[in-house]
Amino acid sequence: MDRILKILEDNARLPLEDIAAMADKTPEEVAAAIDEYAKAGVIKGYKTLVDWDRTDSVRVRALIELKVSPKKDHGFDEIASTIALFPEVDSVMLMSGGYDLGLVMTGKSFQEIALFVALRLSPLDDVLSTATHFVLRTYKKDGVMYTDENKDERGYNFL
Amino acid sequence: MIDYSKILSARAQALKPSGIRKFFDVAGTMENCISLGVGEPDFKTPWMIRDAGIKSLERGKTWYTSNAGLAQMRAGIADYLARRFELHYDPESEMLVTVGGSEAIDLALRAVLEPGDEVIIPEPCYVSYAPLTSLAGGVPVPVALKAENGFRLTAEELRAAITPRTKMLVLPFPCNPTGAVLRERHLAALAEVLQDTDILVLTDEIYAELTYGTRRHVSIASLPGMKERTIYINGFSKAYAMTGWRLGYVCAPVPLMKAMTKIHQYAIMCAPTTSQYAGIVALREGDEAIETMRDEYDMRRKFLVNALNRMGMTCFEPEGAFYVFPSIAVSGLGSEEFCEKLLFSKKVAVVPGTAFGDSGEGFVRISYSYSVAHLSEALGRIEEFLKECGHG
Repeated sequence: MDRILKILEDNARLPLEDIAAMADKTPEEVAAAIDEYAKAGVIKGYKTLVDWDRTDSVRVRALIELKVSPKKDHGFDEIASTIALFPEVDSVMLMSGGYDLGLVMTGKSFQEIALFVALRLSPLDDVLSTATHFVLRTYKKDGVMYTDENKDERGYNFL
Repeated sequence: MIDYSKILSARAQALKPSGIRKFFDVAGTMENCISLGVGEPDFKTPWMIRDAGIKSLERGKTWYTSNAGLAQMRAGIADYLARRFELHYDPESEMLVTVGGSEAIDLALRAVLEPGDEVIIPEPCYVSYAPLTSLAGGVPVPVALKAENGFRLTAEELRAAITPRTKMLVLPFPCNPTGAVLRERHLAALAEVLQDTDILVLTDEIYAELTYGTRRHVSIASLPGMKERTIYINGFSKAYAMTGWRLGYVCAPVPLMKAMTKIHQYAIMCAPTTSQYAGIVALREGDEAIETMRDEYDMRRKFLVNALNRMGMTCFEPEGAFYVFPSIAVSGLGSEEFCEKLLFSKKVAVVPGTAFGDSGEGFVRISYSYSVAHLSEALGRIEEFLKECGHG
């Protein structure tokens, strides 16, 4: 079953019939499995990988490190859930190491993100400190190369 | 003005140039052309193997190795062959590290052929066997394999091809370009035919690790009585995605090895030292990488076979290597015409079956050493092409 997930993770637009052939299943079995995954919350959705840098649209991404004070009984869950509710925030992750929560967020400008951090995140009671790192260039994301260096360099020695 | 045709050897001049070389040169320069023609893995050599090569350079290991190859390398090969294929060769006396499997093929033919000796070559197959046989003074005897037999060599076909001049049988399975494999029972039937003869088997098992399904690859050398008449060739290119490292090996009975080693030492000296250090790590730590790559190939193989059959390009299920060999009967075109038209009208490059022997007429070779997204795009264009042919 994990094979279906792996195939979908690489390419969510493959027709059911192709996925079925690759996973040794019938298309009906694949459809049923995908339904099950969705119901169980294993499949969270389908999105498109867009390299916004190649469009006219201006987007700024930032990684934000947060140190927070965990709550008795709730640990980090409460503050993490609160932060996750902000629509500006793309990802919220509990981290090991030097800080507690790792955030990824997108905005229209550096300033917009800086203001969000200053006015919305920092004032939260449980947030002890923040560190904002702006993304300057994306080389690879979600397993996909975003640069042009990925071209096939194999010689045309077809034999 | 020198007339080079009087200077070049008759043997070299008699070699047929690759007929579609020019065709593929065109594909190489074509904008937005999608190739399904490449015969090497799309994976990069796994990092720990590359790292071992780099480390060997950092430590200044830049000399020749012994002619036969590093002792550690040969020990690694012996261990690997025993572990993966139940083959038992003495690393000291029955083994030689070569510059890819290609050199091993050349050595084997040159070591045993007398002028006029016949070499049975099942076709369609990899293109080197016949020219190298001719260069060594032998006579290639092609055996046309049949699609209805799954492009396997049968005992009857073998028996019919044997003459008093037969010196050697080339056994290129898993097969480039068809993807056919010989299972143990097929090999046993061939072994029975050879048992009472002095015919040698040159078994080129470069694609051995790319055998799909639950049954593992079996080597003819592991069958009773066959080791003494078998020249076993394998290498690192396909299993470990190491084509550019040029590293292979040959195992055979001692008298054969001695003859091959002489040719190797005069012609080549030794296989690349950096590659050998990388190869040692591949043999020791590469099993998992092999499985990962094979799983990925296997998924693509199923994807491709299913899609081609759906489009009417029927293909039997290839069980090895990374090629499918579909029939193009549905297009109403010959192999070369099909490939040429497909290239110029849809910018998709596939290889005509005839490149691998006359019996490849009516088929094309499609490689799946490409991502599913790439294959998918190419298949879309092929489907359009078939429709425009009026047959899709």
